[in-house]
Amino acid sequence: MTQKLPAADAVIVGLGWTGSILAEALTRAGLKVVAIERGPWRDTATDFPTTYAQDELRYRVRHDLFLRPAQETMTFRNKASQTALPIRSWGSFMPPNGVGGGGVHWNAETWRFLPSDFQLKTHLTQRYGAKFLPEDMTIQDWGVTYDELESGYDRFEYLCGTSGKAGNIKGAKQDGGNPFEGARSRDYPTPPQKQPYGPTLFAQAAKELGYHPFPQPSGNLSQAYTNPLGVALGPCTYCGFCEWFGCGNYSKASPQTTLLPILVRRPNFEARTLCEVTRINLDGSGKRATGVTYVDSDGEEWEQPAELVLLCAFQLFNVHLLLLSGIGTPYDPTTGQGVIGRNYSYQVTSSVNAFFDNKIFNPFIASGAIGMCIDEFNGDNFDHGPLGFVGGGYMGAVQTNGRPILGSILPKGTPIWGAGWKKAMADNYLTAYQCATHGSCYSYRDAYLDLDPTYTDPLGRKLLRINFDFHPNELKMSQYLTDRLAEVVEKMGPKKIDKKPRTGPYTITDYQTTHTCGGAVMGTDPKTSALNRYLQSWDVSNLFVTGATVFPQNGGYNPTGTIGALTFWAADALVNQYLKHPGPLVPA
Amino acid sequence: MRYGGLIFGLSIVLGAGIALAATSRKDETAHNGQAYDEIARGRYLATLGDCAACHTSEGGKPYAGGEPIETPFGIVLAANITPDPDTGIGSWSDDDFVTALQQGKAKNGVHLYPAMPYPYFAKMSRDQILAIRAYLDTLEPVHHQVETDQLPFPFKFRLGMVFWNTLFFRGAAFQPVAGKSNEWNRGAFIVEGPGHCAACHTPKNFLGGDKTGEPLVGATLQGWFAPNLTNDQRSGIADWSADDIVAYLKNGHDRHAAATGTMAQVIADSTSQMRDSDLKAIATYLKDIPAPHQPTAQAVAQNDPAMRAGRAIYVDNCEACHAGDGTGVANLVPPLKDSPTVQSPDPTTLARVVLHGTRNVATTGAPTSPAMPALGWKLTDQQAAAVLTYVRNSWGNAAPAVSDGEVSKLR
Repeated sequence: MTQKLPAADAVIVGLGWTGSILAEALTRAGLKVVAIERGPWRDTATDFPTTYAQDELRYRVRHDLFLRPAQETMTFRNKASQTALPIRSWGSFMPPNGVGGGGVHWNAETWRFLPSDFQLKTHLTQRYGAKFLPEDMTIQDWGVTYDELESGYDRFEYLCGTSGKAGNIKGAKQDGGNPFEGARSRDYPTPPQKQPYGPTLFAQAAKELGYHPFPQPSGNLSQAYTNPLGVALGPCTYCGFCEWFGCGNYSKASPQTTLLPILVRRPNFEARTLCEVTRINLDGSGKRATGVTYVDSDGEEWEQPAELVLLCAFQLFNVHLLLLSGIGTPYDPTTGQGVIGRNYSYQVTSSVNAFFDNKIFNPFIASGAIGMCIDEFNGDNFDHGPLGFVGGGYMGAVQTNGRPILGSILPKGTPIWGAGWKKAMADNYLTAYQCATHGSCYSYRDAYLDLDPTYTDPLGRKLLRINFDFHPNELKMSQYLTDRLAEVVEKMGPKKIDKKPRTGPYTITDYQTTHTCGGAVMGTDPKTSALNRYLQSWDVSNLFVTGATVFPQNGGYNPTGTIGALTFWAADALVNQYLKHPGPLVPA
Repeated sequence: MRYGGLIFGLSIVLGAGIALAATSRKDETAHNGQAYDEIARGRYLATLGDCAACHTSEGGKPYAGGEPIETPFGIVLAANITPDPDTGIGSWSDDDFVTALQQGKAKNGVHLYPAMPYPYFAKMSRDQILAIRAYLDTLEPVHHQVETDQLPFPFKFRLGMVFWNTLFFRGAAFQPVAGKSNEWNRGAFIVEGPGHCAACHTPKNFLGGDKTGEPLVGATLQGWFAPNLTNDQRSGIADWSADDIVAYLKNGHDRHAAATGTMAQVIADSTSQMRDSDLKAIATYLKDIPAPHQPTAQAVAQNDPAMRAGRAIYVDNCEACHAGDGTGVANLVPPLKDSPTVQSPDPTTLARVVLHGTRNVATTGAPTSPAMPALGWKLTDQQAAAVLTYVRNSWGNAAPAVSDGEVSKLR
């Protein structure tokens, strides 16, 4: 029997980056906030102290920080003619679990999207004409501009202490920064991390080719920092255990190192962990959320009533809960109607491996986001007219790790075990180097999320089904970016390179990135978006949805900076507009 | 309990039993126009005295007692001091309450153990003590029977406290020292009186009385070394400015140290809640306490085998946060260089932190609450002793070497 709890002002589903930011804003505004999190409580001191955080087998190989597929998974197929099957071991992406969410195990690459990314459809149509875009491409404008989000980007960077070098402060170009970035109101809060040899060499080579290399903005801090909330972070020690791992040094920006120490001191904040929200409840009109129902770790079912529901889970699970709760119209790929599940997208990455004779890179001196990058081939920073595709990405030398089990870079054809493998490891560990591209992924009519007709989770709910493949536009882009990257890498003086452009079909088993996007996107038209420009549901006005779920398509950057900016944008709308006059912030 | 049947009747729980028809304080103050000011004053005095530290147990109702207090003689549980007439102090008269705080005697004549720091509270005036009473009377009465006395034979016999009091108890209200500033005298009152700093920071003789000739020079208790609060150059606070002391007491962190262990609780419940003017007064008073004459420690030679091993262990396990020069990270990782805790003659705190790890206090001013991870599982006694010796004798630090045996005892 479901037990009903006393009402809260706001209930937050999922206590990661966006849930923590909203919880901070709303508790500061005086609301009683309850956050419900499927995974465990996680804290630096107790869960990833330096004495055992750097355990590649436990965290990288055995996925210790991630959701267990046996608890919840999704099915996948490339195209409608196939039968989707459940994912039983994570591969292409890693769904987070527990307090801090993806903020615990990210690499901390903290980018801003380009101003033109937010008006993508309008911008590309104006520059190249509507016919230039593939017929089945469903990209659209976000309904919010870069200028509107600038304050959110700024606040997220200052929350995190992001280490970087500005390229454009209030319109004035800054030497050494990214010349393509949108105008920022001020420089990064901390200077860039120190660059190891590989990125230094890459930057020299890029300069020789006439490009403008700049340090990647990093949430692994170059120096000690105390954020505006008074929470202190330490300098990164370049241990190279960032992505897949919690940081034991308090040097990687995460909810744990920036927000949770404040939240746990607020009497009007409560977190319930190991509790899985099973649905968002609606009143009889279907236009108003009354709270959520969740199941605790003993299998007991509880109802948490609330005036406001904030859906802050991982991208895929936000869409799953909307579909399971019957909120909004599910997307139908045959008619193109409906919005829940529409415009699912991903990220198109590629790499160039280089093998050197006489250069020692010491890959173990690493951080998830130290590197030198160029942005000449991102977004619409270059003329796509003669190229026959749209989109782009940043590229560079980012020295994320030199971990012994899976961090190795070996020439094509190396045996995967035995004496041949050992010899190749010994020969290449210090002298091989990988550079990478990080490309956009635009949205298409046949890339979407829906409920699987066959498979269910342990609670009897239909699994989410991912319907996704790469399209020729993206593969063409990846080939082009990889070729440009290879030209820079050749300038670094290797004896041999292996080019690895992204090729189709999309595979769910090889790790690429965890940047899944879309499915309940923001926009200006309720026919093509699930949320208005303030991340408020068009259908249920006391429901807001955050995270990469709201991206209409993905840009050529890591998403977290933009997710943070959008969350501050939504928090402003909630506190300054919604709480004063609850109801739709944009007329439907 | 083993000796619970003994008939002395001296181990009767504080406030239990005899239900005399005492006048409730509530009735007396109900129509008093001064009530609010009096209660607020009492509440602040209770903060200065950190009454909640012992009288509110973890997870328990405020002031309902039950928190175990570890003494060298055994465990004493703090009493319920809510106004519950049966299990708290609701049936006590004002005189009963004043007698308890000034003379260490409960309402029924039973002698309190000095785990209740009445020798220090006796510095408070009757008015001040009654203000605390007025505050306690506003609390929710909690029916919570506490068997305060958990001590083994022979310490169970509270009659012994008569002799103890004769030997060590000098119950007299605080007298300002002429020629010292008001601020100094306010600091002296808080430190010697309700703040009861000496309870931890002054070494005790074998009967648990203060060694009055060595005030605040540091003492070991409850598995921690409460550091030297005098202006000793190495193990004291000679390098701390008054502002440093204020920052430390207010936030739990300053540029020299981060509070942990027992002091973390003192900061969370008491000093971080004090007025800035009182923290400044405490600092003024402490900065005026001269260092005792102690033999100057000689640094262990850099080529000593323990120092060489300790350096290697330090580089692998400690340097990432505490830095190669022992200076730490501002607001996060306390420095080891010049640290009183690191250079204390007794390495208990340092060894405990290395073996078992610890977590710094969180306060409004410094909410981060970073932690030192436990290294006991990966260091042998010899390795731990080496790295302890190394940090105690590097970067200008000097303190006696730590032996394997000392580490072993603290595991």
